[in-house]
Amino acid sequence: MARYVVNRLAQAIMLLVIVSAIGFAILHLAPGGPLSQFAASAQMTQEDLDRVTRQLGLDRPLPVQYLDWFGRMLRGDWGKSYRDGEAVLSVVSSHLGATLELMATATIIAVLLGCWIGILGALRRYSLFDTLATVGAMIALSIPTFWFGLVTIYVFSVKLGWLPAGNRHTIGDGSLLDLLHHLIAPAMVLALVETAMWGRFMRSSMLEVINQDYIRTARAKGMPEWRILTVHALRNALLPMITVAGLQFPTLLGGALVAETVFTWPGMGRLFLDSIGYRDYPVVMGILMFSATMVLIGSLLADILYAVVDPRIRVG
Amino acid sequence: MTAATISTVQLAPGQAAWRRFRRHRLALAGAVIILVLVLGSVFGPYVLPFDDTYIDIMKRFAPPLSGAHVLGTDELGRDVLARLMMGARVSLTIGIVAMVIAMVVGIVVGAFAGFYGGLVGAVLMRLVDAVLCFPTIFLLLALAALTEPGLVTTTVLIAATAWMWVARVVEAQVRSLREREFAVAALAFGSSNLRIMFRELVPNAIAPIVVAATLNVAKAILLESYLSYLGYGVQPPAASLGNMLNNAQIYLTSAPWLAIAPGLAITLAVTSFNFLGDGLRDALDPRMNIP
Repeated sequence: MARYVVNRLAQAIMLLVIVSAIGFAILHLAPGGPLSQFAASAQMTQEDLDRVTRQLGLDRPLPVQYLDWFGRMLRGDWGKSYRDGEAVLSVVSSHLGATLELMATATIIAVLLGCWIGILGALRRYSLFDTLATVGAMIALSIPTFWFGLVTIYVFSVKLGWLPAGNRHTIGDGSLLDLLHHLIAPAMVLALVETAMWGRFMRSSMLEVINQDYIRTARAKGMPEWRILTVHALRNALLPMITVAGLQFPTLLGGALVAETVFTWPGMGRLFLDSIGYRDYPVVMGILMFSATMVLIGSLLADILYAVVDPRIRVG
Repeated sequence: MTAATISTVQLAPGQAAWRRFRRHRLALAGAVIILVLVLGSVFGPYVLPFDDTYIDIMKRFAPPLSGAHVLGTDELGRDVLARLMMGARVSLTIGIVAMVIAMVVGIVVGAFAGFYGGLVGAVLMRLVDAVLCFPTIFLLLALAALTEPGLVTTTVLIAATAWMWVARVVEAQVRSLREREFAVAALAFGSSNLRIMFRELVPNAIAPIVVAATLNVAKAILLESYLSYLGYGVQPPAASLGNMLNNAQIYLTSAPWLAIAPGLAITLAVTSFNFLGDGLRDALDPRMNIP
């Protein structure tokens, strides 16, 4: 087990190095590179630019600059926002809570609903329910998230007036109920794609398990059907879902960005878009690297957790 | 035994695939809808008496079916149907061209990684893994922020964030085909490595490549709509299905039809390509076709 974890950890660290190299390359692709903020200002003369270049160490060879930048990233020094001079890491973390709240709610909805649909679809294969669920999942995966958000706002906010059209809470109202009221629509929109994915994976995982020999054996020895399903089938079918949770993470983060934009939700995705609008490259790069690192850690945790619950993985 | 059963036994692989594909009614429907969308976006603008960029400020916000404008007009009095047709033309073009670029890059990277294996393969595939760590929309927007937005940039950027999946598919195929007799025979004949890769191995992996290409178009159309909706894709006055929705949110209360038509068109196009890809997978790869 320890060997597996160390192996997997080494892989993740190697990936992080490549990911950071890609991030560094993108940063230097910016018009004017890391200096663009100074170059845009009219009062800067060429001499000033040269001085800043030397001060920031941008005249050093690229590999040295990269190592320096990577070292500072690891130590939590992600640079300062062009907009207000605040440290990037603190800007990002102050927006993280809202995003995590949205992602967690959507995930809970998606896991419960998706697994239920998937299990039922597998047990009643090719029934009307299964067919509708399969077609519905494909359509859900094809709808642009932002458009589904617009439709939701039109139906539930404009026409019915049940839900607020955006923001995290009403100004001056900090109650939990108000927060939840605002959370419903964006979480629902974000959960749509996730539910479809979970449903599809759950269905195929369940189908694979219920065709196994040990299920037939359990039936043959007269075990009640509900016990076969819960004790034997479901427990084994749910295991691969740990991997799905890891794989889902990038989609979930991307979906959160879109849902936050449509519903003016003050999270990391919205901050990312605002920063792009202001050409605030340190924040843009910070969030890009942060999201990639989160994906990396997510898949690492999923793999380790899978190995903990399923011994076949670490031995094989 | 009747003549019919004999003929099914002797079906050529192509015919068998066609039969399996025909059984997949949703894929067939998808193919028909794609055909209608392509024909509509290619010939529609010539038939319609309105220009997609013609501004008629006196006729802004005309609701659908209220006169000459079948789908109504937008905030500048432009005909929505005309913009929808031109927008579909732009979006489909971006989707298909981005797919072609992503396929070329993905096939080359996948073929080299799968054929050479070892250090070359490991380095290339770790690069693929690393790019896949970035959530697509984040990477797409970050790159878009660094470049001048437009038709060409949008297409190239979408391709840049989509080639990795193809590379994974091709790498796995080439790695397993490399050991087969026909590949070893080609090597014995003295064929060059490049020839074996692209004349022997890649053509034999054509089924999963075609499926990946179809699903890639769906993904590219979706990504174009995200990018253009957020304002970093196709720029007005040119229409795309995504940028037609850019302003729709502001007028959602007063003119909801501006949001409905383009959104439905995107969903229809993406769903069709996804179903087509699904049907092709069932038809071309009998091993995956569990009864």
